[in-house]
Amino acid sequence: MNLHEYQAKQLFREFNIAVSDGVATSSSQEAEEAALSLGGSKWVVKAQVHAGGRGKAGGVEVADDVEQIRAFADKWLGKNLVTFQTDEKGQPVNQILVETCTSIANELYLGAVIDRASQRLVVMASTEGGVNIEEVAENTPQKIFKIEIDPIKGTNSSDADKLSTLLGLDEKQSSQFRNIYEGIVRLFLEKDLALLEVNPLVVTEAGDLLCLDAKINVDSNALYRQEALTLMRDASQEDEREAKAAEWDLSYVALDGNIGCMVNGAGLAMGTMDIIKLHGGEPANFLDVGGTADSERVSEAFKIILSDENVNTVLINIFGGIVRCDVIANGIVEALTVMGVSVPVVVRLEGNNAEVGLKTLDECDLNIIPASSLEEAADLAVKASRGEL
Amino acid sequence: MSILIDRKTKVICQGFTGGQATQHCVQCIEYGTDLVGGVTPGKGGQTHLDLPVFNTVKEAVDQTGASASIIFVPARFCKASILEAAESGISLIICITEGIPTIDMLEVKVRCDDLGVRLIGPNCPGIITPGECKMGIMPGNIHLPGKVGVISRSGTLTYEAVKQTTDLGFGQTSCVGIGGDPIPGSSFIDILGLFQDDPQTEAIVMVGEIGGTAEEAAAEFIQSNVTKPVVSYIAGVTAPAGKRMGHAGAIIAGGKGTAEDKFKALEAAGVHTVKSPADIGKGIAEVTGW
Repeated sequence: MNLHEYQAKQLFREFNIAVSDGVATSSSQEAEEAALSLGGSKWVVKAQVHAGGRGKAGGVEVADDVEQIRAFADKWLGKNLVTFQTDEKGQPVNQILVETCTSIANELYLGAVIDRASQRLVVMASTEGGVNIEEVAENTPQKIFKIEIDPIKGTNSSDADKLSTLLGLDEKQSSQFRNIYEGIVRLFLEKDLALLEVNPLVVTEAGDLLCLDAKINVDSNALYRQEALTLMRDASQEDEREAKAAEWDLSYVALDGNIGCMVNGAGLAMGTMDIIKLHGGEPANFLDVGGTADSERVSEAFKIILSDENVNTVLINIFGGIVRCDVIANGIVEALTVMGVSVPVVVRLEGNNAEVGLKTLDECDLNIIPASSLEEAADLAVKASRGEL
Repeated sequence: MSILIDRKTKVICQGFTGGQATQHCVQCIEYGTDLVGGVTPGKGGQTHLDLPVFNTVKEAVDQTGASASIIFVPARFCKASILEAAESGISLIICITEGIPTIDMLEVKVRCDDLGVRLIGPNCPGIITPGECKMGIMPGNIHLPGKVGVISRSGTLTYEAVKQTTDLGFGQTSCVGIGGDPIPGSSFIDILGLFQDDPQTEAIVMVGEIGGTAEEAAAEFIQSNVTKPVVSYIAGVTAPAGKRMGHAGAIIAGGKGTAEDKFKALEAAGVHTVKSPADIGKGIAEVTGW
């Protein structure tokens, strides 16, 4: 689960990590008041969306007066911001973060992530801040410095000092860096984060370290014990169908094709998309309906799949496992009957009692096309999607 | 022969009296697994499925001589349950549960490694040695004792590989679902090594998916350590970047973890890859000449 920059910075403050003074606002009136209460004569206004690349997209501005702040807020609030990381629709802007303006001497990078290869929390720092860190990692990996943290022994200030030296920080900055380093590691572990990025971490003209941006992604598996973070969820930033699917504990990801997929198991769901593509078709979605594909869940899955108007065929691929296929077949028939689904539905059932299940599907009056293998199912679905059946 | 489990493996179940655990334990017992008891704190002394229930893993191990445990407890209690098993003399732990916080797994993994305990999962279907022992949620009836070792990050794709190798009459030595989480207890490499050393295993199926670099690491390992033919399928060629595809670990992040990269690494290591999940059995036939 992603957080907004203003929420991430709120957490940074709780953990005594230096960030600019700022206020999240949701109207031009509030934005103006925030600027006046922050004081000074120059501010930075930032549209709050769950996506990077906001600066280039016009979602960040330096403002010299409150009129400009009002204009910026009026321009963006209630609108969608499109960046290179969003889709063509963009993400809705519901808040503008108004911050004091910082004079920057140097831009650095600081990040923390669970590294799957080393199975450690890894803190990364680089002298190449303010740019796309993935490009730095690709082109000049020697400019990214890493500390792997042992989950039992933890970390200490000498690890922070190693990074300080590599970043070329002076004595005052190194002492500030120790505090920031200790803060982000504690924040990461205590709040069950999956990713934390400060890009850029800046050296101000006064020679102090300050976190200018903040990005946080929280481990969704840990939300049960992170109540405060759960309240920070902004559903408006999520895909509507994905959010709806999540309510039913279904994993759904929208794609561009026309063959809707309903599959049990995440791996097989991806495999089903792949085999559709191999047969010349285009999958419309990823959907893992889970192990208990009863009629209620099948119905909900259908509603989500068919809410995508591009879908003209549905492929159901179920490997029965412990659940009996005849039970699943009854669930499918019940769901289709109640919903009055009109598009062709290709069904492949495998596993316990598959024959009985396929017979049920064959004998019903619905537009169901049973398939006896994965290969055949993909072939039939692609043909159906082209109107060739 | 087989890897990790056989008909002599004495198994307990943690979270024994819960609904899911009960349903699957019944199936495991019917399959022939030597389930000798279970653990549910507070229910020690009771009997469940005609087997003794203990309050702690220590008591269960002391009184039954169990060496393996299958865990069904809810995600929030898994860290404690895995560590309890590891510290009580269990040498093989299989954790079926999905949804364990990643930070919990960082510590669990180090502690299990330090104690020399083999952990499979979490978020996995378990292990089966066909005809002998089933410690998992897979349908037993699709398996056939035989000569192919199967390793996979995905449950239902494991079943695909199993069904295809059964239909062709090859059968399986053991099938191991290592799970779909970012920090798995055992990696492809761990299990590949076991299959390489198992005289009964003549060929290996490895099913990977997008996310992380475990398949790339496995490719390197296969090149220098595995002499048996390996057939591999990677799911998610069509998966978009930056989206989590069901499994916590199935995500292309920062351009890393694509199916293309994994296929490329495996092919460079001499692994026979198949682009369709329906061609896994066929792939085995091709590389072995069976």
